[in-house]
Formats: sequence, structure tokens, C-alpha cells
Amino acid sequence: MKRRSYDIVIIGSGAGGGTVAQELSSLCRDGVRIAVLEKGPKLRDEEFTGREVEMAKALYEDDGGFLTAEQTMTLAFGSAYGGSTVVYTGTSLLPPERVLERWNVPGLKFADVEQRARKYVAENNVHLLDESLLNENNRLFVEGCRRLDYRVQQFPVNLKGCRGSSLCNLGCPNQAKQGTNRVQLPRAERNGVEVVTRCDVLRIENKKIFARVSEKPEGNKGEPSTWEAGDYQIDAKVVVVCAGAVNSPALLLRSGFGRSLPRLGRGFTCHPAFIMVAEHSQPITNAVGHPKSFYVDQFAESDHFLLETCMYFPFITAKALVGFGEEHSRFMRAFPRLQMILVLACDEVNDHNRVTVDGDGRPVVHYRFTPEVIHGLVQGAITSAKISFAAGAVRAHVPVSNSPTIECADRERLDQIAENPDFKPGKISISAAHLQGGCAMGGGPEDSVTDSYGRVHGIPWLHVADSSLFPNSLEINPYLTIMALADRVAESIRKNVNALL
Amino acid sequence: MRVATANEPSRSVLAPVRAVFRAVVVTVVPDAKQLDEPNWLALEALVEDALEIRTPTLRGQLQLFLRAIEWLPVVRYGRTFTALGAEQRSRVLRHLQDHPVELIRCGFWGLRTLALLGYYGRPDGAHAIGYRPDSRGWEAVQRR
Repeated sequence: MKRRSYDIVIIGSGAGGGTVAQELSSLCRDGVRIAVLEKGPKLRDEEFTGREVEMAKALYEDDGGFLTAEQTMTLAFGSAYGGSTVVYTGTSLLPPERVLERWNVPGLKFADVEQRARKYVAENNVHLLDESLLNENNRLFVEGCRRLDYRVQQFPVNLKGCRGSSLCNLGCPNQAKQGTNRVQLPRAERNGVEVVTRCDVLRIENKKIFARVSEKPEGNKGEPSTWEAGDYQIDAKVVVVCAGAVNSPALLLRSGFGRSLPRLGRGFTCHPAFIMVAEHSQPITNAVGHPKSFYVDQFAESDHFLLETCMYFPFITAKALVGFGEEHSRFMRAFPRLQMILVLACDEVNDHNRVTVDGDGRPVVHYRFTPEVIHGLVQGAITSAKISFAAGAVRAHVPVSNSPTIECADRERLDQIAENPDFKPGKISISAAHLQGGCAMGGGPEDSVTDSYGRVHGIPWLHVADSSLFPNSLEINPYLTIMALADRVAESIRKNVNALL
Repeated sequence: MRVATANEPSRSVLAPVRAVFRAVVVTVVPDAKQLDEPNWLALEALVEDALEIRTPTLRGQLQLFLRAIEWLPVVRYGRTFTALGAEQRSRVLRHLQDHPVELIRCGFWGLRTLALLGYYGRPDGAHAIGYRPDSRGWEAVQRR
């Protein structure tokens, strides 16, 4: 086994890890040695081809098809230099005050989190896209919402030089999206932080990290790791776990920390989602332009759902449509005329829904749909179909209906669907990309895993800084909030650096 | 991506159940009837590639599930799945899709997902439905 030694090791390079790396990198000037260990590869700019299957394989864990234990939902999360910030659409919302108040984490104040989030609004060039760059898929959503008097809002996005490739979820081919792979990690590296890719952390034992560095598989994308392939023991005085809401709790569980932290892995939420597709009579601009420019959140409290514009790729779209055969193919053949809306359920912490590990230490996510989530998805699908019809769609695919194709002339049927929805887990394609919880912040080990600065209870050298810190669902796209919390974690380490090192 | 060949390597999941898998694909995506042999091999290569990261248990379950699909219709129709007409094949798959047992629904969902991956995941499959992404975005649209 090869040996390495650092003062601070950060595990993961996404919104959490990338931010911590940048915020601690000033310490390198004082001789502090910092490394980021990232499981995924670092792709060269020219390797972002926008091809669906190829990019999913290169950038996502399990090719984007990580299945829950029940096999009724897939989880999409990045595995690359920059983590999931490489594959999101760049939507950057400030944390909602009502949610942070409800979290009620001792020591965590909304004003502090918001102030930190605003720092990354500026740093990552978050702004509203100019109206001239909005495509018809987004405009139709706005038009439909306004006709129905829904409160539609524009997403702030972290883009710089967006050309409108529409390929955000496959990694921007124009390097326009300002994820941690473009902003925080390069800055951290310039300041002296070492980033090691293709490095899978197996376990952590008392300031020792055991990791495996892989060769670059032949024909795969990305640069080889800067470390020789093999098993490593890495000594570290401080460890910051930022591997995401699935892998952070799984890593700590397989390292044995669950014995003193009964809430480890508990409290997993994810905004279960599906795509509602509607067909227009004429082609619309959908596969060009930023895909996710607007949202509606007015139903989050009352009916547990959010709506967002979206545009997915042929395989993902085909998977999202329920059924098969001619009816399914008819929607697929209408691809240039399709309007798409993402329906996300606002889920709450639930006893069953959690992360565990299997006998080999691999993460297992247990997730069942609660009646509130099912209600949210059903109402969200119906509301989306109404928006599409109000915008002129000729037919809609409503995946929670026994007869999913609803013609515009039959749109009165939509409200009847709510009385008898066809929601069969395993039949309907549900996926989630806003993975949260598992290492929740709180007051003590009986109700949480860390304090409000991401310090693991009872283990002063171990920190967490990613979406696993959320004690309950954030109810919005999480990246800015993750960065704000990671900023807090980094500040706490900086302030206590003499004691910690 | 690993390319399938006529002489299948032993690790292939689909090789022992190829006929029934292709019959399922054609039922899920009727346009797959038009595919020539190179396109079928491209479709199957995508599926094999996706299965490579799955556990041996899951790969074995998929083979078992496809064998069950082949033989279960004998009870009702007196013929195997591959010997059925399009309408009867659809009925068999619809029965699995709406089955009261969640695990069976999940099994069919997984199989359906693989069929759709193979068909629409190919650049030709995406192109055939009019999907024309371009990294130049708006600039490419203006040039068309």
C-alpha cells in the first residue's frame, strides 16, 4: 500500500467539496497541504460531445441509472471533477427562509446562509438569461402559466457565454456553466490544492483514509489520475467529506461511524420527479437554448410539488413516457414538437427513506413514496398538462393516468385523473437529482450527525460539507445552499486551524 | 463501448436470449422492425455496455426474466412469445407492466428501459425522430 500525508483532505469535488477546496486554499500559502480526492475523471474540454449515452457514462454514477433498493426510482448524480455541478442546468436559487426556519438547526441562521449564498451568486456569475435567449419550450410554459394565472418565475442561472446548446445535463460543450469545475476548483488548484481524480475512498479510520486509484479504462473519457493506480493510505489531520447525499453517509457508515451516530444515513430526501410531455402541432425550439429557465413553486406548500421547464434527450424522454408500442412511439416521433415540464414532489424526512450499505460497503438507498409525494406527483402532472394545453398543445402525456394520452378536446378529463390516479411504483418512471440528507445538521448525536458547521458530533477532525447536511428537504434546487453551507464549514476550519492541525 | 459480434463472447447477457430480447424490443418500439443487422448489433452493444456495470445477480435475473417472457405465454396462447403476433405480444407485456406484484412491474420496467436505451440511445435512433442538437446552439439554428 502506498502512503501519502496531508494536513487537510477533502473527499469529493462538487458544490460542497469544490467550495471547501477554494475557501481553504489560502492556507496553502502558509504551508498547509490540502488534497481533494475525487472518484470521477476530469474531462478535457473537447470530450464534452453532448452525445447522450456516451456522456451519461462518462459523467454520472452508474451511468445516471443508480437504482433505489426498491428499484422504483433512479437517482442521477455526477461522478467527475466538479461532481454534479458538471451535469446540472446551472439553476441557482437562494435558500428559502421558510425552509431554513423550519429546519430549526441550533446555530444556523437564515441571514448567514443567505449572505454566503449571495457571495456565490456573484462569484459564479448568477443572473437571469436575456429574453432573446429563451426558447419556445420555455416561452410556452410562461404563456400557459400566465393564462392560468399561475405565478411563474425565472431561474437565475450561473452561465457565462452560453451559446444555447441545450446540453447542460450532459456537461456543457462550451464550458459556459460556472460549476465548481470551472470556478472554485481551478482557483483552488492555482493556490496550491492538489486534486486527485479517479480516487475512490473506501473507508476512513482515525485520521487515516484508505483509497483506491484506478487506471483510466481504455477508450474511456478523461485524463488519467495524477497518482499511480493502486491502494493508498492517506494520513490527514482534518477530513472533510463532500461525496454527496448518497456517498457521504455510505462512506461514514462503512467506516463504522454509525455505531456512535444513530442518525447516520437517516433523513434522505430527493424531490422525486418525472417529465410531463405535451405535443404541439408545429415544431418548437426545444433542443436549442437553455433548457430550464422558469419554474412555479406556488404549490409547494399546499400540494407538495414544483414545476420546472426542462428538455431531455431521446432515451431519457422515451424512458419517462409510460407504456410502449405505437402510442409511445407517436410521442417520440413528435420530438421536435414536444414541450416538456419537470414535475418534482416536495418530500419530507421519513423513517423508511435512508441510505445504508450492503455487505460490500456499497451504498443502498431505501425509498418509498409517501401519500404526500404521490399526491404531489399526481397534482403536478395534471397542472402541467393544463399549462401545456393553455399554451396550445394538441395532446399531452399524463403518466399518472390509466390512459396517458389526453387530447386537448378531452382536457376536462384531467381533474378526474386526480380521483383515480394510476400511480404504480415500478410502472411509472421516477427519477431524482436533488439528493439531500443522511448526515443531517442538528443539536446532538441523538437527532443528527453534525453541528451547524458540519462538525461530526464527537469527532473533531471529521467534517461534512455537502447536501447530506440538510436536515429536511430544501424544496428548491440545492446548489447555492450547498455552497453556502460549505462556506460555513470552511470558515470554521480556517478559524480553528491551529487547534485542528 | 464494446461492440457485439456474431460470435458472442461468453460474458454476453443477451446472447442466450437474443431472439426473445429482439421480440420485446420490436413490441416496445415497433419502428425497430426496420432495423438492419448492423443496427441491431449497435442496439445490443449499448445494452450490453449498460449491463456491464450491473451485478452478476441482476444480469442473471434479466436472462431469467426474458426466458420467463418467452415461455409464460405457452400457458395462455399455446405458443412462445417469439411465436406470437404483435397484438398478443403487446398483451403479454402489458400484463407485466400492470402486474399487481411490484417486483414484476420493476422487472418489466428495467427490460423496457434497456430496449429504449438501445433504440433511442443510438445516434441513428435519435436522428430518426428529428433530434438535432448542436453544440453551437442558437448560432447553428440561424445557419440552417
